[in-house]
Amino acid sequence: MSQSQTLPLKRHQDENPRDDDSSDIKPSRLKISLPSEDSDKKILIKRVKDVGICVPIVYGTIAFFLGRKASESQSHKWTVYVRGASNEDLSAVVKRVVFQLHPSFNNPTRVVESPPFEISECGWGEFEIAITLFFHSDACEKQLDLYHHLKLYPEDESGPQNTKRPVVIESYNEVVFPEPSEAFLARVQNHPAVVVPRLPDGLNLPSPVPVEPMNDKERGDTKDHPLNHWFLNFSEADELLKLAAARQQVQAHIVKLGRQLTLMEGLPQSKQPSG
Amino acid sequence: MDAKDILGLHKNSFPSSLDNKKSRPPKESQRKPDGISREVYALTGGMPPLMPSIDASQLKKKPPTHEKVTWQWLPFTNSARKDDLHLYHWVRVVNGVLPTGDYSFAKYNKSVDIIKYTDEEYEKYLTDPMWTKEETNELFDLCERFDLRFVVIADRFPSSRTVEELKDRYYSVLRAILLARAASSGDIATHPIIKEPYNVSQEMERKRALSMVLSQTRQQEKRDEEVLIEAKRIAELRMASKVTEQSQLAVASNADAELTERAVPGETVSPSNVQLPQMVVPSADNASTLASLRMLRVYLRTYALEQMVQASNATAGVRTIKRVEQTLQDLGVNLKPRVPTKAVCAEHLELRREILTWLNLQKQVQYKEAEGSSFRDGSYGETPGTPKDRTFIPDSLNFGGERVGKKDQKRKGHGAPPTAAHKRPRKQKASDL
Repeated sequence: MSQSQTLPLKRHQDENPRDDDSSDIKPSRLKISLPSEDSDKKILIKRVKDVGICVPIVYGTIAFFLGRKASESQSHKWTVYVRGASNEDLSAVVKRVVFQLHPSFNNPTRVVESPPFEISECGWGEFEIAITLFFHSDACEKQLDLYHHLKLYPEDESGPQNTKRPVVIESYNEVVFPEPSEAFLARVQNHPAVVVPRLPDGLNLPSPVPVEPMNDKERGDTKDHPLNHWFLNFSEADELLKLAAARQQVQAHIVKLGRQLTLMEGLPQSKQPSG
Repeated sequence: MDAKDILGLHKNSFPSSLDNKKSRPPKESQRKPDGISREVYALTGGMPPLMPSIDASQLKKKPPTHEKVTWQWLPFTNSARKDDLHLYHWVRVVNGVLPTGDYSFAKYNKSVDIIKYTDEEYEKYLTDPMWTKEETNELFDLCERFDLRFVVIADRFPSSRTVEELKDRYYSVLRAILLARAASSGDIATHPIIKEPYNVSQEMERKRALSMVLSQTRQQEKRDEEVLIEAKRIAELRMASKVTEQSQLAVASNADAELTERAVPGETVSPSNVQLPQMVVPSADNASTLASLRMLRVYLRTYALEQMVQASNATAGVRTIKRVEQTLQDLGVNLKPRVPTKAVCAEHLELRREILTWLNLQKQVQYKEAEGSSFRDGSYGETPGTPKDRTFIPDSLNFGGERVGKKDQKRKGHGAPPTAAHKRPRKQKASDL
């Protein structure tokens, strides 16, 4: 097993729970489960165990102050969106996104059926936007809810707002499918938007069936999105480094205290110099 | 003054043989027996008890008897005996009247009614390839003699048969006879052996299982308990998620009832991974959280992290959790990771666990220090500063202490003077002696 892969991708090999299946042949990796959205037709879905895949996403808002063009009721123009974390096309996984805006908006329930999954509006107030992701049926029947607070005004209230500089709030997250269906896995195993661990040997997936084609737009990625130079960069490296450093510190403390304890345990009646 | 009187000492004279005479009477008068002897009285400490335990004056009194009771040595017979044995015993005779009735213990001679079958009945209903007629007769005879005490019967049985075999034969015969003799099947339907016939294999299994349980080593017991706790926890978790599933089902139209129908063989997370019993609780929490996460079709990484953090916080109190969060902040780590990838979440979780360990260690060290100082503060009645204490501390300990102190100095830059000041008085006292 190569050590070059990062920790998460090795999961399938190392972290099998100790059930009897691990040494068996391929069929045992598959589980049969019954959806019952429609209870009349019982469709058997074959799922792949221990191959959890995830889709890194970023969602958030970008808000521009309208400056001269601003009115009482419309001081800002903002966009709320969901994008792939590295600007990949999410439509392979996400079928549609529903943005629930403040009731003061017309038709506050905005449905977006194709990428880019975003809504642009004008307004004056900050509120919480509910973003619901609906996935393709082979991926997941259940929806996933996200929440984001729309921010129009920058942290430092120094002087008038700059129309050129928007207020950008983005959140990174990962949508995890712990046990994807065979069909889904076959379809997305090489898709750039999806993180797939190394598949176990002997896993035979069916040939992928493409889902409903997108609308007239050919590409659903956001690499050339007009706002993409405002997109934030989310690198796990920094956070990993910081965490590793913190862990080292804590481990050192633990070792020191451990030594102190063993010393103390040897001598019940003496007073130790406090460390 | 009284003490001197008691001792027989006069103010101006030494105790002499003359005074001995005087000393005795006062001592005697101190006795206060009142119905109990002096030795017994001394058992209470020589002083009258605070509460009157028994009224001493009552002890020597005899209960009032209006009748004339004599005891006579008389013969008796026992109706429980088959022979005509005459024995003798003491009999309490009141006013010349003998007690009547049978020997008082005769009523305890109970025995079991064993059925008797005729040869004819044997030929008709009771033949069995495994049992000869002689053996069956012998069995029933022993049953009669020993009141169905099968252990004894098994021991006495001429050919070696197990208790279960004997029981099986006896009960089958009984059953067959009862069924044959009953006028209708309804008559004896309530008889216990008809309702629940003896099941040999079940009995043997049961006894084997019992002996296994009895002979389990402590380690096995512990492991079994762990497995049971684990199973219970997973079952509860599954119930809880089933309940939430069903409530969502009512709300959302496209809720997935797949989960409830899913067979989950892999979900029995075995604690066989666990070596030490102390580790069971933390890994059990994680395992069940992981299991419940796996049951979701889709979830957010942050949600998973929250669940795992909650699981590991479950054993800690509110204050500890706050301290963990404070420590995270001090270390410059976000309480919720900014880029929650799988790796980052794993590291974050591990860091939290390590902080918990660290905090626990800190607590332990504090307790030990508190213990140590309370020991020294005269819990054994010795004054704290007694040089005697210090001599028994070998000098090597001081060096050990010194070393630790120096290590700290290197790390934290503590000044040397405080530790040295501690040492000097000790060393002086040691050398004094």
